[in-house]
Order: sequence, then structure tokens, then C-alpha cells
Amino acid sequence: MHWVDYQRPESLDAALQAFAANAGNAKALAGGTDLLVQMRAGRCASGVLVDIKNIPELNEMSYSPEQGLTLGAAVPCYRIYGDKTVSAAYPALIDAVSIIGGTQIQGRASVGGNLCNAAPSADVVPVLIALGVVCKVTSAGGTREIAAEDFCVAPGKNALAAGELLVSLHFPPPALQSGARYIRFIPRNEMDIAVAGAGVSVTLADGRFSAARVALASVAPTPLFAREAGEALVGRPVHAASIAKAAAAAKAAAKPIDDMRGTAAYRRNLCAVLTRRALEDAVARAGGKL
Amino acid sequence: MSSNKPIEGSVEGSGAEQRKGFSRRTFIEGIGLGAGAVGSVVVTDGAQADHHVPVGPDPVSITLNINGKNHDLKVEPRVTLIDALRNQLDYTGAKKVCDRATCGACTVMLDGLPAYACTTFAIEAQGRKIETIEGISAGDKMHPVQQYFVEHDAQQCGFCTPGFVMAGKAIVDKNPRPSMSEVEDGLCGNICRCGTYVGVRQAVYDAAGKGSA
Ligand SMILES: Cc1cc2nc3c(=O)[nH]c(=O)nc-3n(C[C@H](O)[C@H](O)[C@H](O)COP(=O)(O)OP(=O)(O)OC[C@H]3O[C@@H](n4cnc5c(N)ncnc54)[C@H](O)[C@@H]3O)c2cc1C
Ligand code: FES
Ligand code: FES
Repeated sequence: MHWVDYQRPESLDAALQAFAANAGNAKALAGGTDLLVQMRAGRCASGVLVDIKNIPELNEMSYSPEQGLTLGAAVPCYRIYGDKTVSAAYPALIDAVSIIGGTQIQGRASVGGNLCNAAPSADVVPVLIALGVVCKVTSAGGTREIAAEDFCVAPGKNALAAGELLVSLHFPPPALQSGARYIRFIPRNEMDIAVAGAGVSVTLADGRFSAARVALASVAPTPLFAREAGEALVGRPVHAASIAKAAAAAKAAAKPIDDMRGTAAYRRNLCAVLTRRALEDAVARAGGKL
Repeated sequence: MSSNKPIEGSVEGSGAEQRKGFSRRTFIEGIGLGAGAVGSVVVTDGAQADHHVPVGPDPVSITLNINGKNHDLKVEPRVTLIDALRNQLDYTGAKKVCDRATCGACTVMLDGLPAYACTTFAIEAQGRKIETIEGISAGDKMHPVQQYFVEHDAQQCGFCTPGFVMAGKAIVDKNPRPSMSEVEDGLCGNICRCGTYVGVRQAVYDAAGKGSA
């Protein structure tokens, strides 16, 4: 592994100063479940590791029905699914954080790390997109917000500028009669990378879809916001025929490649199947009937 | 990076030299940040530091709490917990197999949660409660998970066993009555090349609710 320096700031200000002082040469260390593996493989050389786990803002997890959820970027998966209130309010988030790796990974892996790592297969990212999450990003120069669907820009590349740190994720409060779901397809039951995945959210009103969002994993260079698939539902009756249209739109939006996990054609088909199943479950979670 | 890279986990060698004159400590002192922006502590090698300021890449003094006992040692920041445990502190129970967070042989507990020691830096584990396979029995009295491993003959070559026992202990610590599928879930981060899974699951299942050693 490359030589590195290590720093463990106890405040956000100190962390931002560390990033500013090491322009382009510092890397955030959250759970390290991506970073250490990449460093070990020589894929990631860094001068300074800034351990962000002791920064209060990055460990925040607060929910209220009015404000929604503020999730610190470094909060590990086990804390999320261990929280009854958060689990009840955002079951689709739990779908994703409870399938990342095994228990040893879930004790350390963070949602912020999953997002910043920007893998096309990242399981939490489609959920963040489906739920309309907004990411709060800060540097010594100021703070800005990035929509979850704009965060990953290429395989392994995110929208952060040098010196910027992802501080927290803001989940809007769940709307009345809304539901969401994440499903992935993998050959093993666990500890593998998605061949494809679908994260969806729906809101129902008077027997129709009043809002819907669909996002896909592992079928494009980044987690993919399939805007058309959600739009295909809005205004339509809560009915299998509407869902079939959305599933077809998701399939059309996918831009998969052939690799050892599956062919592009297979993945396209998976998009339709997974989107349909995820939407059916999301409707059920919203209290609707098909 | 360089061909004369020392062995992983070694405490010898100077990282600053390897990095061709770049040293963050001199850099920070040079621009005056050392005192103003990141605190007034000047870290020298050998000082036990909170690491509010950068330390390394040369060995840094740290203290690790392992099985209730404090150990002082010097590690480069890049040294993983598994290397520090095995190479410097002689805790050789946790095994280094894949060294990339895939097999679970290196499983230890960090603050009561199972973690891969190969994918945790030793320096990160400061101030946390580290528990290894060496610490779970009481003298000659085995922990129930170990006891039931013996009873169910739940190992063949035994190389994966310390990791499985720790992952199993994590399950029974949290849940005195897990279902078999909860046991399977809790063990899914561990791999056994000899295929002893049936016995391992049964051992953990039977050990649940039986307390500690
Ligand atoms: C065995 C194994 C199984 C896995 N299984 C899955 C799986 O099923 N699904 C899945 O999606 N992923 C999986 N992963 C990948 C990984 O666990 C996740 O992506 C995890 O969520 C990363 O979080 P982390 O806290 O460990 O990030 P780290 O490794 O600490 O960081 C990842 C990257 O993000 C950067 N970063 C982290 N936090 C911030 C921040 N706040 N601001 C700016 N940059 C930041 C880091 O510098 C680094 O480049 C697996 C990994 C392993 C080793
Ligand atoms: S050696 Fe750590 S998981 Fe394999
Ligand atoms: S007993 Fe040999 S690897 Fe598990």
C-alpha cells in the first residue's frame, strides 16, 4: 500500500482546512470499505487520509415527519437499519443498506461513501435518486447542494471539486400515500455486485400515480435516473398496465454493457422486470392495490 | 509506487524519503498552518497524538486496546489492523487470507461490531475496544460458540475458523434466539474453502442464548 499521512479532525472546520491545505492530495476516509481495497490494489494514491468519522455533522442522523431525514455522510449502514423510526419512514433506504456486503461491511460502510465512490453498481444511489435526496457539500469556500441524480458523473467520478466534502444527505419527508423500494439482481444472495438494480418511489392519490421516480443500478456508466419511466406513470391509474409502461420506459433508458456478470441484452430485460417488481412493492407500501 | 517498497506492515523505512522530499509536516509548518488553523500541537514522531494534525507517513505511536489490555506500538498510518495484530503484537488468531474484505478470516470486534481487520487501519482503531479470538474464552473455559464448533466438528483445515467464531459471536451477542436464516445472514461475510458451512451454522445456532465463556 502507498505511503500515507493520516489526520483525524474532530470538527468540520478542521476537516475543511485539512482539505484546503492539501489541495487535491487529501482523501476522505469514511468506512474505508472501498478506499482500502482500492489503495491495496494500487488504484488510489493519496498523500493524506482525512478520517472523517469523528466529525459531528457527518455522524448526524435526525428525522422528523416535517423536516424529513438528515443523514450524515459518514453514518454506517448498521446505524441506519438499527433505527426503528428511520426504518419505518424510509424502508427503501433499508432495502439498500441491509444488502451492502455482509455484517462486517455494514458496520463500517457509509451511505456517503457509497455515493462518493460513484460505482455504477452502488446499491444506495438509486434509492437516493428515487427519493429525491439533496446532497449538502461544503468546502472552505462555502456550501452548495447537489441533487442525488447529478452527483455521480462517470464511473468512479463524482461531482465534488477538490477540497469539497460531502457533509450530509437530506431526504424529504415521505408524502402521504407514498412508497418506495429497491431490488437488485445478483447471482449470489450477498457479497456480490448487482447485475442490475431498480430503485423506485411512488405517490398515489385517488387511485392514480401523482408522482413517481425510477433509478437504475449497473446499467449505465453511473447510477441512472430513468426520468421517463417515472413520468410514464404520473396521472395514470394504479394498474398493472401503467406499471408495464414504466417498466418498458426503464428498459429503454438503460445503456448497459456486456461483462462477466451479464450481457447488455440480459440487463435490459432485467431493468423491465426489476422496475415492475419494485413498483408493485412500492404501491403496496404506499397502501395502494393493483 | 517504488521498487524498494518495504514489506507491508513493516515499521522500518522512511516514507518521507520515499516521497521525494515532500513532507506534509514541513509544508504545513512552512505556510504557518501548523499553529494557526489546525491547532497548536506540533506533532513529533513518538508523541502520542490525537491526530488533529497530520501524522506519518513514518511510524506513529499509537495505543490499541485489545481484549481489555492497552498496547503501545508504532505503526505507519498505512498499516492495517490485521498486520499490526499479527506482525507486531503477536495476536495471530485472526488470519490474513484475502486481504481485501472478502473472506472474513481476519474478523475481529471493534466496539462490539464484527469488522474486517484487513480493511481497517490500525491507527483508526485507536480509542476503540478491539476484541480478538484470543480474548473470548475465560482461561480454559471456551466461549459457547467455540464449544459448539468442537461439538459439531465445524472445521476442517481450521484456517477460516477464528473469523467464523468471531462472526458467530457477533450474532449471538446481539440475538439470543436467532433463526437459522438470521445465522446465515450474519455469517455471509465469511468464506470457508473446505465447505464446513453446515457445521458452522449449527454451532452458532446452538450457541445462541448460552451466554459467554
Ligand atoms: C466485500 C464487499 C462487499 C460490498 N458489497 C457492496 C454491495 O453489495 N453494494 C454496494 O453498493 N457496495 C458494496 N461494496 C462497496 C462499499 O462497501 C460501499 O460502496 C460503501 O458504502 C462505501 O462506504 P465507505 O464508508 O466504506 O467509503 P470509503 O471507502 O471510506 O470511501 C469511498 C470513497 O468515497 C470518498 N468519500 C467517502 N466519504 C466522503 C465524503 N463525506 N466526502 C467526500 N468524499 C468521501 C472516499 O475518499 C473514497 O474515495 C462492497 C465492498 C466490499 C469490500
Ligand atoms: S483477510 Fe480480511 S476479509 Fe479476507
Ligand atoms: S475449515 Fe478450511 S477454510 Fe474453513
